[in-house]
Amino acid sequence: MTVTSGYDGRRAARARKFGFARALCLAAFGLAARAGANTSNGFNLPLGVTEISRDIYGLHMEAFWICVGIAAVVFGAMIYSLLKFRHSQGAVADTTMSHSTQVEIIWTIIPAVILIVMAIPAAKIILKMEDTRNSELSIRVTGYQWKWEYQYMDAAEGIDFFSTLARDSNFARQLHSGIDPNTVPNYLLEVDKPLVIPSGTKVRLLLTSQDVIHAWWVPDFGAKRSVVPGFVNELWFRIDPGKEGIYRGQCAALCGRDHGFMPIVVDVRTPDEFKKWVGEQKAAAKPAEAVAAAGSPADDRIADRSTARSAQALPN
Amino acid sequence: MANVHASSTAHPSDHLEHLEHHDQPAAGIKRWLFATNHKDIGTMYLVFSLIMFFIGGAMAMVIRAELFKPGLQLIDPERFNQMTTNHALVMIFGAVMPAFVGLANWMIPLQIGAPDMALPRMNNFSFWILPFAFTLLLSTFFVPGGMVAGGWTMYPPLVLQTGDSFPMLIFAIHMMGASSIMGAINVIVTILNMRAPGMNLLKMPLFCWSWLITAYLLIAVMPVLAGGVTMLLTDHYFNTSFFNAAGGGDPVMFEHIFWFFGHPEVYIMILPAFGIISEILPTFSRKPLFGATSMIYAIASIAFLSFIVWGHHMFVDGMPLAAQMFYMMSTMLIAVPTGVKVFNWTATMWRGSLSFEPPMLFALAFLFMFTIGGFSGVMLALVPADFQYQNTYFVVAHFHYVLVPGAVFAIMGAVYYWIPKWTGHMYSMGLAKAHFWLSTIFVNLLFFPQHFLGLAGMPRRIPDYAVQFTDWNMVSSIGAFGFGLSQILFVIVIIQCVRGGKKASAVVWDGALPTGLEWTLPSPAPYHSFTTAPDVK
Repeated sequence: MTVTSGYDGRRAARARKFGFARALCLAAFGLAARAGANTSNGFNLPLGVTEISRDIYGLHMEAFWICVGIAAVVFGAMIYSLLKFRHSQGAVADTTMSHSTQVEIIWTIIPAVILIVMAIPAAKIILKMEDTRNSELSIRVTGYQWKWEYQYMDAAEGIDFFSTLARDSNFARQLHSGIDPNTVPNYLLEVDKPLVIPSGTKVRLLLTSQDVIHAWWVPDFGAKRSVVPGFVNELWFRIDPGKEGIYRGQCAALCGRDHGFMPIVVDVRTPDEFKKWVGEQKAAAKPAEAVAAAGSPADDRIADRSTARSAQALPN
Repeated sequence: MANVHASSTAHPSDHLEHLEHHDQPAAGIKRWLFATNHKDIGTMYLVFSLIMFFIGGAMAMVIRAELFKPGLQLIDPERFNQMTTNHALVMIFGAVMPAFVGLANWMIPLQIGAPDMALPRMNNFSFWILPFAFTLLLSTFFVPGGMVAGGWTMYPPLVLQTGDSFPMLIFAIHMMGASSIMGAINVIVTILNMRAPGMNLLKMPLFCWSWLITAYLLIAVMPVLAGGVTMLLTDHYFNTSFFNAAGGGDPVMFEHIFWFFGHPEVYIMILPAFGIISEILPTFSRKPLFGATSMIYAIASIAFLSFIVWGHHMFVDGMPLAAQMFYMMSTMLIAVPTGVKVFNWTATMWRGSLSFEPPMLFALAFLFMFTIGGFSGVMLALVPADFQYQNTYFVVAHFHYVLVPGAVFAIMGAVYYWIPKWTGHMYSMGLAKAHFWLSTIFVNLLFFPQHFLGLAGMPRRIPDYAVQFTDWNMVSSIGAFGFGLSQILFVIVIIQCVRGGKKASAVVWDGALPTGLEWTLPSPAPYHSFTTAPDVK
């Protein structure tokens, strides 16, 4: 994985603050062409690269500014009282001011109205998020302690692999490893084999788990869903064309010892490049199939799994 | 009381002895082991919760030390998960809840004009279960497989992977639940039966009101938790499949059961705090609580709503569309009565005459910071946004804002408010104010940056993180160490106040406007608070 960007390191986050430095940096390393557009600035939600993630960002900012507005009024009144009505400055309490039904009705109704104003756009987004119809590519995602398995369906049927924390991150993250995480590219956010998907395509994930509850989350897609053993959850996203690149996320449900060490990396390519990749994967799978005597997809999967296991045999 | 009368007719001399015996505390350890006096039991609850606050706090220090910079420096991931899990269990069941029960024990009889709690022996039992429950829970540190590491939420199947500590956890939870239920029954019986003549429910102080409602919440939901964890136990040892899909069960069903308990539990930890703030603010504003009646209705509506919003903890679990809409709306609805409370508190200060003694400082900090927690709560209620916030540090920031500068600050404010009444001594105002300012500054340094971490994408419950999260984690850890150390001042103030100090008057807060029956008694309050019921007009 030579490509950086996406949901990446502090160095890039710093670079982003200085547009010129960033451009220089990217040009110098020749990465501009594949740079994904992670938009989290280190203290706010990312704008993301899907319609849903942008909707969520908009809703989040709307709610945030409404809260700021209410805070200005309420905290303003409190601070005014603190400054103005001080015993030490001879303020005399107006003990007759004990209740006012009128005022209390007003400050029951106003918040209710504000909440409705927030709830309507939220409800609209929910409707959009839940519409998993007409997907163009389905991928079955299975959570394991502590890795992900991606099994493609539809046109890419037959592609099936595990995605595990990258080796250098895994060495560096051991207790007392002596390796400075800052020297590891994309520390804890890199995998051996990322999920590859086409841009501009409605991709639907069918999520389940083999052991405990996990959650699949890529912030830039505005996509998070629990991965529950014995049940299948659905999730969809369509990456904006032109936003191809690498996007990163993490498991978002406590799933045991190595919960912090099962990242998600998604490599978004143009539909053409994706088609090419599917062809390569299938061609690469052929010899393996010939070796496996039966050659049935089930055996294939077992073979894949055992290789993934041996790749897992790293210090824990 | 009836027993004393019966024996007095039969054996007058026995009666005298009996009375003498009861007029003052028994000597030595017996006073505490066989305690039936509401003050002694209240004190034990408060001391216990303070000890637990430091144990849970020590775990938090370990967590923040490990998270100070990326990479694993101190503990392995399994131990880290044990720390987060037990930090939560200890703080919730060991620190915050017992502290409120301790305050209830001390203050409810004083505030309603009763001699003691209605059920003193059950009171003793409900306290003495707790040290055993927590000894059991904390001793799991030494068993094979270590402490429970599946999160305080105990979601299966993960929690079923726990080692030998698993049955110990379940038993400890059962004991804590039994203790809470008995405490709650005692509060309800006391409040409903032992109010002084003339004190009708609407004249009752807000602290008693908030505890009355909290007690009903406890009775309603603690058995649900007990049922849920028992199902975990049978899934683990008796081959049932409540939460195992392979046997026809559903792991998400546990989440429903847990949060049906868990959401009211959140309000169990905040409603008594509302009561405390409603006592402190009017005193130091020298003005009656604004809209006292609507404050009671607000607490009651929050309590009702708390039963129908639990699904908002599970939006990402794959929930039907209609359920998502319902839980979003019902959750947002909670902001209405909560808003009424905040506005009424503000109106209480408005045109008042404010002074800034330590209890008032804590109450004001509560007002600001609890409201911040409320804002992030409204944002979390919005389903689509919740998809990005859920299980990130944004959530951690949210609930710590309502629990630490919320519930914990209210408890500290209550201690500073009433401790002169308990000990008969004033405490060092200077040290208490130093404690306040250090706590307030560090608590914000600790939790505010966690909003940023969560929004930038850092999941919660991870022992190590990607390097772009380093800066805010360092700030947060520094805040944590500062906050932890500041609490030593709290202990110093309390110890000094117990040992001696300026004599406190009956009213304690002379010059301010404390209302309530507790201020009609001398300080310290007599061992049997009100031996003759006061007349309430």
